[in-house]
Amino acid sequence: MPKTIKLSRGLDIRLKGEAEKTLKEVPPRLYAMKPTDFIGVFPRLQVKEGDHVKVGSPVFIDKYRDNITYTSPVSGTITEIKRGDKRLLLEIKIEADGKDEFIDFGAASPAGLSNEELIGKLLDSGLWTMIRQRPYGVVANPDVKPKTIHISAFDTAPLAPDYDFIIQGKGKDFQTGIDVLARISENKVHLNVSTATKATEFLQCKNVIINTFSGPHPAGNPGIQIHHLDPINKGEVVWVVGVQEVIAIGRLFNQGRYNPEIIIALAGSEVITPGYYKSHRCASVYEILKGNVIEGNNRYISGNVLTGTHIRPDNYLNFYDSMITVIPEGDQHEFLGWAMPGLNKFSISRSFFSWLSPRRKYVLDSNMHGGERAYVMTGLYEKVLPMDIYPMQLIKAILFEDIDLMENLGIYEVEPEDFALCEFVDVSKSEIQTIIRSGLELMRKEMS
Amino acid sequence: MKALRRTLDKLKPQFQKGGKFEKLHSTFDAFETFLFVPDTTTRKGSHIRDANDMKRTMVIVVIALIPALLFGIWNVGFQHFTSLGETAVFWDKVLYGLGKVLPIIIVSYVVGLGIEFAFAQVRHHEVNEGFLVSGMLIPLVLPPDIPLWMVAIATAFAVIIGKEVFGGTGMNILNPALTARAFLFFAYPASMSGDKVWIAEKADAFSGATPLAEAATSVSSGKAIEFSHSISDMFFGFIPGSIGETSTLAILIGAAILIITGVGSLRIMLSVIVGGLFMGGLLNVFAVNPYMEMPVYIHLITGGFAFGTVYMATDPVTAAQTNKGKLIFGFLVGIMAVLIRVLNPAYPEGMMLAILLMNVFAPLIDHYVVQANIKRRLKRIPKPVKA
Repeated sequence: MPKTIKLSRGLDIRLKGEAEKTLKEVPPRLYAMKPTDFIGVFPRLQVKEGDHVKVGSPVFIDKYRDNITYTSPVSGTITEIKRGDKRLLLEIKIEADGKDEFIDFGAASPAGLSNEELIGKLLDSGLWTMIRQRPYGVVANPDVKPKTIHISAFDTAPLAPDYDFIIQGKGKDFQTGIDVLARISENKVHLNVSTATKATEFLQCKNVIINTFSGPHPAGNPGIQIHHLDPINKGEVVWVVGVQEVIAIGRLFNQGRYNPEIIIALAGSEVITPGYYKSHRCASVYEILKGNVIEGNNRYISGNVLTGTHIRPDNYLNFYDSMITVIPEGDQHEFLGWAMPGLNKFSISRSFFSWLSPRRKYVLDSNMHGGERAYVMTGLYEKVLPMDIYPMQLIKAILFEDIDLMENLGIYEVEPEDFALCEFVDVSKSEIQTIIRSGLELMRKEMS
Repeated sequence: MKALRRTLDKLKPQFQKGGKFEKLHSTFDAFETFLFVPDTTTRKGSHIRDANDMKRTMVIVVIALIPALLFGIWNVGFQHFTSLGETAVFWDKVLYGLGKVLPIIIVSYVVGLGIEFAFAQVRHHEVNEGFLVSGMLIPLVLPPDIPLWMVAIATAFAVIIGKEVFGGTGMNILNPALTARAFLFFAYPASMSGDKVWIAEKADAFSGATPLAEAATSVSSGKAIEFSHSISDMFFGFIPGSIGETSTLAILIGAAILIITGVGSLRIMLSVIVGGLFMGGLLNVFAVNPYMEMPVYIHLITGGFAFGTVYMATDPVTAAQTNKGKLIFGFLVGIMAVLIRVLNPAYPEGMMLAILLMNVFAPLIDHYVVQANIKRRLKRIPKPVKA
């Protein structure tokens, strides 16, 4: 049954530098696969430096789930295998040779294939890694059937890309991707749209249950949507797939190949002309940023300002990200900052006079705006977490590692991104997303 | 400002690990962060943060206390000259009040912050800002004639026994300011109750009874309550009492600041009032003495009810922490306050004990609220179908 759900709690952070709806193409030259993009993977390399790979060639596999392959998005040469502390595999760099050689996995209509064949094709092509499971946010386990599959067709995070724009002209591939997921899950695919969604590619999609959401961020987070549609109980598994990942899966079946093309939004106050770019998964962001960023001490983020990863301007896009944000660094002192009226400061509380101008857009930097303190304020997290979950109690349960209590308080239903706003508004300045992730990791180890 | 920043940057290494004054790191940090918001940037997680921090939050509460403080200073002078039967100009009253109140504030802050700094230093913590509020609350709930050494002992007791032994800011069970007041109430009752203490250097002939004391005497005498102050005097605060508690109007201004900024919990404030009115109404119905017959709204404007509702019951650390829990917590505070006032003649003021009592029960209230959530979650699990 399609549902309409109205959320009132949450917070829209109004930032300057929204991406304009223009599409440019910047072909990247350098790529890097980062095993750290995938939670809990133990990579076993399938290539060495100097090897030639095609699009879809296996680059590494998961040591403990060796049927899950991570494949190259580009045809070219492995130039460097970068390791960190304790030989942790950080980056497998690939330089494109411009030939676009690819492995042909064979185009096929999903209707004519069995479940095993569908899953096999996804695993071989490496596109299986685009399906993530809740709880824990890891790549889905192909042996476990999900209760439901959720696709969020809108992103409410600050400056987030507009999927109505991204989906234009890709309705066919999207529908094929949906058909594949519908076959695997036996028609339990939920497509969650916003009341503002206009794209017919979403609204007229078949084989899915279309639910409508309204409300401020984090209404677009799949975690929030699942919580309201079909909450995850102990032992249950739900899959989450992004819009561009569904399109990629559709292309695999329509074109027979791994097509790594994605559209990313370049946004943030320090970008000269924010807009949309056609690029590739795992591609270098250097070409996109070159000459398009205001000179200065900037922070480059793969993803959005709340949940993204801090990268250098010559780094690579994270596997699951659809945007790059550039904001100023905030590494300066502010004289008596806590005592100022604060007309240019953004806060959920009305303790700065900026609340008198509710429509204003802000330039926010990476400053913490205060030191870390004990948990004192209460009721603040609840304002930005539209879930029937007690955030403070859950955070404390994680901090003292009480497995039973974490389970009872709903750890299976959450992802760090759902708590990003709690972290943003926290006057104690604690790192809540890190705490939630450590709680999930603890549970994953306990349960395996 | 830049010169100041340079001086701080020059001094900083001496206070860091390995420096000459390593032992004073927390102290230096407290002063540095007071002058400058730190330049630390986000490392993990959210790259941007809300501009609000603990300092701003606590300062807002202190600002919200200022109307009550200013009125209190004036009222100390006003009550003093009235009891003597003298007339004095506005500034004379203020100056007299300042002479009484300022030393109490200074003692409270010096003793409290001194202990806070010492504990932060020993624990290698940053100094928490919580005492900025407690240090102002303590003077405002004390009678103006309190000897300064008692203020010092009570503050030390509140900070050490009330807060630090539990692990410091954020961990305490009882509201520190009320702990200080309760300590004095039970240790030095002569200085904390009766008719003598509420007016500084009162003339002996003048009755210094607070409206609550007058109401309480009606129980033993059985005669109708005779207030020596009008209702409007009680609302505006021209009555004897603790320094900051008398003016309901000044407290309402403070409440508005707390509610608008979102720092104080409207839930708690409203539910305390509802609880007080409910209990007062119930007593009206079953009234057997004049105090029980007293119109309920008088409870709200006398004694520490308003002050406790706005500034004490809303303390986020010691109140219930869940939203539902807050409603229950506040309601019970209101009930207990009126109940103690009316039915226990030994304690004319019930607000302090009501809040302290509910502070103790707040974790229990939260426990049941959270358990209800857990039960809801467990109920959701589909029952296995029997074969």
